[in-house]
Order: sequence, then structure tokens, then C-alpha cells
Amino acid sequence: MLTLKRTDVLTDACTHYCPGCGHGIAHRLVAEVIEELGIREKTIGIAPVGCAVLMYDYFNCDMTECAHGRPPAMATGIKRIQPDKIVFTYQGDGDLAAIGTAETIHAANRGENITVIFINNAIYGMTGGQMAPTTLTGMRSTTSQDGRGEHGEGPPLKVCELLSTLDGVCYLERTAVSTPKDVIATKRAIKKAFQNQIDGKGFSLVEVLSMCPTDWKLSTVQSVDFVNNEMKEAFPLGVYKDKG
Amino acid sequence: MGKKILLKGNEVMCEAAVQAGCRFFAGYPITPQNEVPEYMSKRMPQVSGVFVQAESEIAAINMVFGASASGVRCMTSSSSPGISLKQEGISYIAGAELPCLIANVQRGGPGLGNIRASQADYFQAVKGGGHGDYRVIVLAPASLQEIYNLTMNAFDWADYYRNPVMMLSDGISGQMAEPVEILPYKPIVDLPAKDYILDGCKGRKPRVVKTLVLRPTDGLVTHNEHLQEKYKCIESELSLCEEYETADAEIVIAAYGITARIAKGAVRLARKKGLAAGLIRPITLWPFPSDAFADVAETARQILTVEMSHGQFIEDVKLAVNGTCPVEFLGKGGGWYPTEEIILEKIESMVAASVTTAKGEL
Repeated sequence: MLTLKRTDVLTDACTHYCPGCGHGIAHRLVAEVIEELGIREKTIGIAPVGCAVLMYDYFNCDMTECAHGRPPAMATGIKRIQPDKIVFTYQGDGDLAAIGTAETIHAANRGENITVIFINNAIYGMTGGQMAPTTLTGMRSTTSQDGRGEHGEGPPLKVCELLSTLDGVCYLERTAVSTPKDVIATKRAIKKAFQNQIDGKGFSLVEVLSMCPTDWKLSTVQSVDFVNNEMKEAFPLGVYKDKG
Repeated sequence: MGKKILLKGNEVMCEAAVQAGCRFFAGYPITPQNEVPEYMSKRMPQVSGVFVQAESEIAAINMVFGASASGVRCMTSSSSPGISLKQEGISYIAGAELPCLIANVQRGGPGLGNIRASQADYFQAVKGGGHGDYRVIVLAPASLQEIYNLTMNAFDWADYYRNPVMMLSDGISGQMAEPVEILPYKPIVDLPAKDYILDGCKGRKPRVVKTLVLRPTDGLVTHNEHLQEKYKCIESELSLCEEYETADAEIVIAAYGITARIAKGAVRLARKKGLAAGLIRPITLWPFPSDAFADVAETARQILTVEMSHGQFIEDVKLAVNGTCPVEFLGKGGGWYPTEEIILEKIESMVAASVTTAKGEL
């Protein structure tokens, strides 16, 4: 008989995420991977500043939170001192690709043996829907009310493409959590990103296209469609680097 | 007697850190502190420690944040503009109550300023620097031997109080060389167990290191009150001060760091001329040794504050003296430093003015 249960790597806390948000799915996938790899008791996670800042309430492993955009630097300090532990960061688009761009690029280029889970929902969620570095061209936000690109905002930043030019990077894949098939693919990618660290292969990052119905001002179903129709076009899914 | 070695002040600080068990250093090049990352890049691997040249001072302090959460003695260094960049991280580390050492080999400001020695980061160091109600323990060495000794103590105090400690040095102290006795490290306090370390939750409940406390009344207010209690405790236990020839001094110079060293020379010159001068030198700038200053103000006729900045340190001197004694000022920023003669001239002018005043009173 098939039984479904919550992974022990997640606590039974009530979620603070909005209905239709992709963070809950991504959290569960990360937690399931940690359980399946049997690494809960040697894992240290780093929460970002943004909607996922409270993720330490949900994860049943050692956790920390640091300044906006700095998780890859903090992860560097933790991993260099404790190379036998598993260190992962979980970051949103503002954290990883705006204020923390330098930390991201340099941790990647040093080939830090860490795992980065990058949730790209093209918007600043916690602060109420401002333009993110990954907001799509033409997309409206509270700080790009005429649509991105109309007033010198530039096009969205493509993190996997950018990092794929760096020799120090081991593995980059962009996935989504908008369909069951995508969720399965995301879990496989996250598992690979953690396995790479266990195997000492170096910097692995999984970019997950995710829904934000609240700040996109769309229904949960429309949000899924937005990821499938708009985001996947702007941010093509796939493996951008795999040193194997 | 330990072995004596001849090193630059910046290198002395590094060697003391290594002797005290520092095994993680992250930093970024900036003059006049470059000897620190250079020395550490060579020395850390020799003691199985970690050296990382960070992409920025911001990254460096956050690497230290991670290393400290991992339980290792760790430090970063920079000079004034770079210390400004570290303030965000220092606030987080203070909020999370983790130990570390931050060295500021001060240069002239504001902005890019210049690369000459300065003491213009006093406010930033002792009044917070970053956001929020927090304190870092600030040490002001006046010789290379003291850099050595205080650096070792700094790691003990950081661990003991679970608080960042700042070594407030300057371009002169960092660049000059003098013989230093290499003393073996011995803890000066009973070091508490590090029960906060994030090392995987094997056999225990998961731990969280964080500074976000969303609940206002029973959360962040309580956390702040706890921090303030700790700061009060540090203030009562850790005010360090040196007094020189103050017992019968009519004019007492108040100065710290390299300026105090020059001022001590000025006191000797003044004494040779029969002028009753003395020196009071805080070794900890926070906590400020206010009681010692208040005592000196009881017996001195005047206090002369000398600093390599435009009147920052003098504010704490005035607060400590609390109007019981007139406080004069001699100082400039931007790379200016006082000579013994300049200080002596000021002392002589103060004596002359007080004689005039006394006659005027008659």
C-alpha cells in the first residue's frame, strides 16, 4: 500500500506562504532529498532575506539566516571550516541576483562545494511586489508600473546563462514547479545538486521557476499558466552546465 | 622571556591571532592593512587554518559570520572605507551574539580619504557603526607589544561575551615595526562551551542562528533587553585604562592608541620643564573607562584631549568628566598627527592661560 507522509526533515509548523506559492513545493523537495540522502544530521541550511527567511521554522536541521544576498559568503565560511558537512543556501531572485550578485558569482567561481537552491518568481514577494532582477520584460510590478523595460530597467537577468561561463561551476540546471512533471524534474535536479556536494564536485545551483500569485495579482491557476507560458519562454528550462 | 621578533604592527596582530587559535581569516586588500591578508594567506595554511581572499569586505565579514557560527576563532581586517562596508555584517554578528575579531587599521577620511594614519573612525567604532542598538568591544593598542597582547585577549573576550571585538589600530601602528615578545597564548577567562555551533544536529535538536525576531513585545524587545544587560555586564567588568604621572598632574592629557604614545613623550618633555603633566589612556574605548576619567578630573586642573580627528573622542571624555574639569582639545583629521613638541606647546599655552586667568581673578 502506498502511504504518503511528511518527511521528517520538515517540522509540522503551519506555513506562512500564500496559497499557490511555489516555496512550499520547493521546501518539500529539498527536505525529501535531504531525507533520502540521509544527511539531515550533517546538513546546515542558510535562509535568505525575503519570503523564505522563516524557512528555519520548517526545516528540521541546523539552520541560519544572514544578511540580504550574503548566503553564499556565509556558506563559504561554514563549508571551509566544516568540509564534511552539507551546506546549502536557499535564495530568492532579489537575494541571489540583485543585492547578492557579487557573492553568488564569486562563490560560484571559487567552486565552493555548496548547493544553491535559487527560487526565481520574478518579483520581490515579502516587500509587496516590487520589480526583481528577473522580472520579465513588459511585466508590471509596483516599481515598474508601465511594464519592465519602459524606463531603463533593462531586461531580466539570466542567472544560469551568466554562471555557465564560469569554469569553477560544477552544475547548473533550471527547472520549474508549475506542473507535476516539472516538480519531479526539480527534485531530480536538487538531488543531483546535493549529491555533487557529497561527492566533492563543487558549486551546484538549481534555479527553480516558481509561482507568486499574490504579487503577480493572478489566481493560483493563472500563476501556473504564467510560469508555463511566459516564464519558461524567458527562462528556458534545461541543464546549463554539468561537469558530471 | 619569550622570543623577541621584529615585525610590522599588522603582522604582529596576525601572529598573535594565530597563537590565540584563530583559524579562519577572510579579507580584502586595502591600504594600510595589506600586510594582514598577506601574512594570513601564508600563515593560515601552515596551521591548518583557512584563508579566503573575499570579493569584497561585505563578503569577508559574512564569511567570518559563517566561520564563527561553525565555532572556530575567526577574524577579518580592513581599513576605514572597508570597515564601513563591513558594518552590515557586524550588526548581524552582534545581533546573533557570535564572537569574532575585526581589525580597523584606520586611514584618513571621509570617503576614499587618504592612506595616512587617522583616528576618525572613533564614532563608528564605539557608537555602533551599523544599524540597531548594539555594541562591539573596542580595543586601542598604543604599542606593538600591546597589539600582540590585546589581540590574544580579544579572542577570549569575544568568546566569553559572545560579542564581536574590534581592534582599532591605525596606519602608523600597522606600518611601523618594533621588537615584540612572542608570549605563549593562555586564556585569561574561563571560556564557556560553544553551545550555539551549527555543525549538524546529530544527537541533538536542530539549532538556529538568526537575528530576525518578528514578535515585537516578547521577542525583539526582550532580545534587545538581553543584549543591553550583557553590555552593562561588559561595562562593569572590562574597562581598561592606563594612567601615567597623573597623581600630581595639573594638566592631564587624554589620548588613545598611537596618539597616547606620542602624548606620553610630551608628558616627559613637560615634566623636564617642571610642568605637572600626566596622561590618561583608555585601552578599551568601549566600554569607556569613565570612572578613571572621573577620578582624574577630581585632581586635575585641566584635561587636554588629543586625537587624530576633529573632536570625536573628546565627547566621551566630556561625558565621563561631566563638567567637573575643563576639557581642551588638540586634534585634526585627514592624516595629521601630533608631535611631542606640538602637544608640549599646547600644554604650555594652557598653563600660560591659566596663570593669566588666575591673575585676572585677583
